[in-house]
Amino acid sequence: MARLTIPAEEYMRSGHSACPGCAATLVMRYVLKGLGPNAIVTLPACCWTVIGTPFPTTALNVPILDCAFEATGASVSGLRAAADALGLADVIVVGFAGDGGTADIGLQALSGMLERGTDALYVMYDNEAYMNTGVQRSGATPLGAWTTTTPVDATSRGKGEGKKDVMAIVAAHRPAYAATVNVAFPEDFLKRVEKTKTIRGPKFLHAFSPCPPGWRYPPEKTIAIGRLATDTNSFPLYEIEGGKYRITRKLGRARPVAEYLKAQGRFSHLTDAEIAAIQSEVDGRWARLLALETLG
Amino acid sequence: MPRMVLSGNYAQSYAAKLARVHVIAAYPITPQTAIVEKLGEFVASGELSAQFIKVESEHSALQACISAAALGARTYTATSSQGLLLMHELLHWASGARAPVVMGVVNRAVAPPWSIFTDHTDTVAQRDTGWIQFYAESNQEVLDTTLMAFRLAEHPDVLLPAMVTEDAFYLSHTVEPVDVPTQDEVDEFLPRRDVRGLIRPGAGVRLGSFTMPDLYEEFRHKIARAMERSAEVFFEIEDDYHRLTGRHHGGPLPTYRVDDADAVLMTMGTATTTARSVVDALRTRGNRVGLAKLRAFRPFPVKEVRQLAATVDRIGVLDRSFTFGAAGAAFTEVAAALYPETHRPALKNFVAGLGGRDLTPKVLEGMFKALLKGDGPEVDWPDLKRRAEVVRHG
Amino acid sequence: MSPHGHDAHKATAYITEQDLPERPLATVPSDVIKTASWRTFLPVIHLEACTKCYVCWKFCPDVAIGIDEAGWPVVRLDYCKGCGICAEECKPRAIDMVKE
Ligand SMILES: Cc1ncc(C[n+]2csc(CCOP(=O)(O)OP(=O)(O)O)c2C)c(N)n1
Ligand code: SF4
Ligand code: SF4
Repeated sequence: MARLTIPAEEYMRSGHSACPGCAATLVMRYVLKGLGPNAIVTLPACCWTVIGTPFPTTALNVPILDCAFEATGASVSGLRAAADALGLADVIVVGFAGDGGTADIGLQALSGMLERGTDALYVMYDNEAYMNTGVQRSGATPLGAWTTTTPVDATSRGKGEGKKDVMAIVAAHRPAYAATVNVAFPEDFLKRVEKTKTIRGPKFLHAFSPCPPGWRYPPEKTIAIGRLATDTNSFPLYEIEGGKYRITRKLGRARPVAEYLKAQGRFSHLTDAEIAAIQSEVDGRWARLLALETLG
Repeated sequence: MPRMVLSGNYAQSYAAKLARVHVIAAYPITPQTAIVEKLGEFVASGELSAQFIKVESEHSALQACISAAALGARTYTATSSQGLLLMHELLHWASGARAPVVMGVVNRAVAPPWSIFTDHTDTVAQRDTGWIQFYAESNQEVLDTTLMAFRLAEHPDVLLPAMVTEDAFYLSHTVEPVDVPTQDEVDEFLPRRDVRGLIRPGAGVRLGSFTMPDLYEEFRHKIARAMERSAEVFFEIEDDYHRLTGRHHGGPLPTYRVDDADAVLMTMGTATTTARSVVDALRTRGNRVGLAKLRAFRPFPVKEVRQLAATVDRIGVLDRSFTFGAAGAAFTEVAAALYPETHRPALKNFVAGLGGRDLTPKVLEGMFKALLKGDGPEVDWPDLKRRAEVVRHG
Repeated sequence: MSPHGHDAHKATAYITEQDLPERPLATVPSDVIKTASWRTFLPVIHLEACTKCYVCWKFCPDVAIGIDEAGWPVVRLDYCKGCGICAEECKPRAIDMVKE
């Protein structure tokens, strides 16, 4: 029998309510595979509130504590403090939130958690919009993307603003550890998760999470699109440990961003000129990342 | 039992310390700051072994306490005014998750315009959030009630959050002699909580799931029942506390000289002390007046209000806040409680003392007199600065 | 959210207030909920082409691929939502999506 390349144990159960092909499920599945049975997950309003299935059922083999949409970082600190006070040292506290709940409404609580140095893992699964409420733009929605609040019509070309750089915001807090991960690369994903277990202090994972209905692509393409995001440098994989940047997946030559964009309905309106502008923005970000890595 | 000279704020801090809270999370706001500063000192010096979370807002303070409580920790926070309003969503999260968080609130007016002085708008505005609410008259009551609040909140038949409030500056910054129970006494009264049955590592459980219409309402009704039961449980707890310390503060609606009274004024918080001396003064002049102190606003003491009303013909309710478009909140609650009664006293609402305006003996005496005479509007703002006569233009 | 998820609670016997726990604490594993009805296409694994790389197992969002005692991947039909990721990612193309 060939060997499994990621841990066999499952902490996420079947029967959950995610859309077919949803990557947010894989983010949870991989995070918990890496962390093991001592994880306690605190979950704000997001798709996972619903994916986790309605009362009295639950889709995880570890505890979930629902918290207010904007308060994940605070919930994380409360759980950690309680675990420490009650002598539950082995508990691994995980905040698990969407991009809206992290980069927009929950940014203050996240900043608080990072700044006060809570020993915990915060995972932002990034489906690049408010999906649970029906695909509205978030600060993490990329330039040009269609959402229900950034329509494509005579006067609007999708989102007019660029994607908020959440990793830069997190990095500015000098956390113990931060990394980007992508469900298309489970082995790399698991390495990052397992690494968080060896580091004390606040840890952050920015997890790329393709969403078939929200991004308008057929569900079987979730992994392919995830792969393209990284292979085009749209979503580079890197980690920041003790302030040092390291790119964890480096390509000989990146593929054109157009391949990634054209695979998704949310970008189907983009003209060649608009795609070229996005390409140069991606190139610029990649060059900055390389420069940060050389800084050491 | 040592006697100390404590401000209301320090009475809160000492109560939380004696309760041996596991987790404290709080954010500064005048006039609450001394509560958390003192607790910070206790933790730093090792006198209190607790986790002190330095949160970046009141909102996060309460979320942190709720999450800590879900794991079985005894938690405490304190705030005031704008901070309490910022917490509003989380107040519902606490009761919905049945997290027995205890919170000290210094009653302060809300902006704009800015004011840091006594006013009950902040806590009265939270009356529908599923929190038990006690209003204190003295620093001794602050300390005793806070200790009782922990026991009540954590009681298996209750499991609801509770707030103990004190008037800004009148209590928060005024020192009084306070009898402080010993740690042994408090440990006997309030053992550190048994944490079994809550969220435990390794268990596939979820607290607060998405819940469909066929079950949601039942969970709300459970909160309603728990709130009702808390009224009965509180009597037992007060009796226990009395056995231990010799002090009893008289249930949710203690009364003063009401037996033969023609008119009774109902007050909350520190206005009670002044009103008591006004009752004595008026009685020496032959006016049969009495006083009732609304100590618990949630659950509202319907039974006690009815008992009081059975023998009195005129009741005035003093509200240090106002529900715009209606009347003072305590007044409307009293009126609602008395509607089914056969003997319904005449009711008057006095709205006064907002934003820290002094409720002087003269103002309070005026309320008793208006009650006895039965004149003036049903809802009156008796200490408003009005022009003596109406100025007519042109 | 799919409307299918709305029936989840019916898998248990909570009927009245007295049956419910005091706190809204969910304890029933979600796999009492079968999601097979979401599916229009069914993955069929051709074992003769399978190399036991377990890519299908690794990428299934519904934990709907198990591994039998002989090491072969098996679709757990109660849970597969028919997303097609397994077929798409299988390098030797050992999985076909077949209309049910
Ligand atoms: C205070 C508050 N505001 C708004 C909402 C409504 N709401 C629930 S989930 C959600 C969007 C979540 O978006 P995101 O965090 O990106 O997660 P996703 O749904 O995409 O997984 C919103 C706006 C809420 N629950 N609470
Ligand atoms: S909307 Fe997107 S993120 Fe949400 S459950 Fe469906 S696929 Fe997953
Ligand atoms: S079709 Fe989708 S849900 Fe079904 S087994 Fe394949 S990956 Fe899993």
